[in-house]
Amino acid sequence: MGNRTIIPFGPQHPVLPEPIHIDLIVEDEKVVEAVPSIGFIHRGLEKLVEKKDFIEYVYVAERICGICSFIHGQTYCQGIEEIMKIEVPVRAKYLRTIWGELSRIHSHLLWAGLMADGFGFESLFMHSWRVREHVLDIIEATTGGRVIFGSCKVGGARRDIPPEQMRWLLSELEVIEKEMRLIADIFLNDNSVKHRLCGVGVISKEDAIVLGAVGPTLRGSGVADDMRLLKYAAFGDLDFQPISRPEGDSYSRCAVRCAELFQSVDLIRQAAAKIPEGDIAVKVTGNPDGEFFSRVEQPRGEVVYYIKGNGTKNLTRFRARTPTFANVPPLVKMLAGCELADVPVLVLTIDPCISCTER
Amino acid sequence: MAFFQMKKMILAWTFRTPVTTKYPFEPRKICPGSRGRLDIKISDCIFCSLCAKRCPTQALDVDKVNKKWHIDRLRCISCGYCVEVCPKKCLHLTGDHGIPTVTKDMETF
Repeated sequence: MGNRTIIPFGPQHPVLPEPIHIDLIVEDEKVVEAVPSIGFIHRGLEKLVEKKDFIEYVYVAERICGICSFIHGQTYCQGIEEIMKIEVPVRAKYLRTIWGELSRIHSHLLWAGLMADGFGFESLFMHSWRVREHVLDIIEATTGGRVIFGSCKVGGARRDIPPEQMRWLLSELEVIEKEMRLIADIFLNDNSVKHRLCGVGVISKEDAIVLGAVGPTLRGSGVADDMRLLKYAAFGDLDFQPISRPEGDSYSRCAVRCAELFQSVDLIRQAAAKIPEGDIAVKVTGNPDGEFFSRVEQPRGEVVYYIKGNGTKNLTRFRARTPTFANVPPLVKMLAGCELADVPVLVLTIDPCISCTER
Repeated sequence: MAFFQMKKMILAWTFRTPVTTKYPFEPRKICPGSRGRLDIKISDCIFCSLCAKRCPTQALDVDKVNKKWHIDRLRCISCGYCVEVCPKKCLHLTGDHGIPTVTKDMETF
């Protein structure tokens, strides 16, 4: 048995875009235990519901996370709409679905770039982000913002996608899909990439369920669970089956995300083909009185919003359980027993989003 | 098992021009629908101060007595809520983001 040493990992580390600190207890080059700690960028956004009224808070909810911004706004709006019994126009639901899936594509491409950078594949990192720029261009043209979409509001959507813009969107998606095939092919078939990912950080199906993993981390362990099965927004009308793989290692989580890229493209095509004509928003009157748990599938997994109102314009309680928070216990389990050099890759396989986690 | 799967992509991009632009020297292409800088057509404004009341970041200030409209560019998040509520539709968001500022002054119209 070698000497036990504690190596601090983060909050500043080349592979981490955001600050998380993990104390790695190592014996020689092997990690025995990992102790995570968060709390470097807490902003107190949950408390802000007492200052901002429930309509204004959509802007704050969107800013909880910079990558899954739209889905945060959507989750919040769906919760408020459910409490206030607002019937959202069907067209707005389809628009939300399209923007949600676009945000999933750009988030997964961002992850692909960070992952490639994490295992030292700089050119693949650059190419993943080059393709992501195309997606951001579509998002900017349809919503007006590249990162903060700002197109979701309580009662519907703020903008419409006219038919000619929808045709342009679909033609751009074809180009993007071709580019993504080339990138996914490298991730799934290249020998050096597989060497870093296969058999590393295995988490069994039982462990994933017990530790409360969500999203691609859960689906990569063979559990086909996805909040889109709840048929929120327009998912009830679309043909959707969650993607899962049984292996539970880093490669399987990577493969799930790569497959989800193409699934999202397919879902956007289905939604564009079925989108009905009509209004995009309804007028909202009154204040929310009641409570609701809103659950939506983000690129990183299930997000849960608890919203409670008392009939005034300010909510009394708001709580967000974000996917990265749920994925930290599985990460700790993965890290125990791995090689020290695999730690950056393993941290990236859960696609950590610390701003979300700390709110 | 494939070795160096990326060779095709690297070879193809060796002979292409870069996708990046030399940004400060070459201006960014403005996207038509983009939410950028908030602009006001002051001649149409009735100084109702609805925009200032609704602004989520309190970036706007309307002086009803002196008929002046002020904006703090550093607080504005270009959300477009003021544009939606404006009864005279004299506010609009331009596609560009304006020049950077070095002072925290309010801009007055």
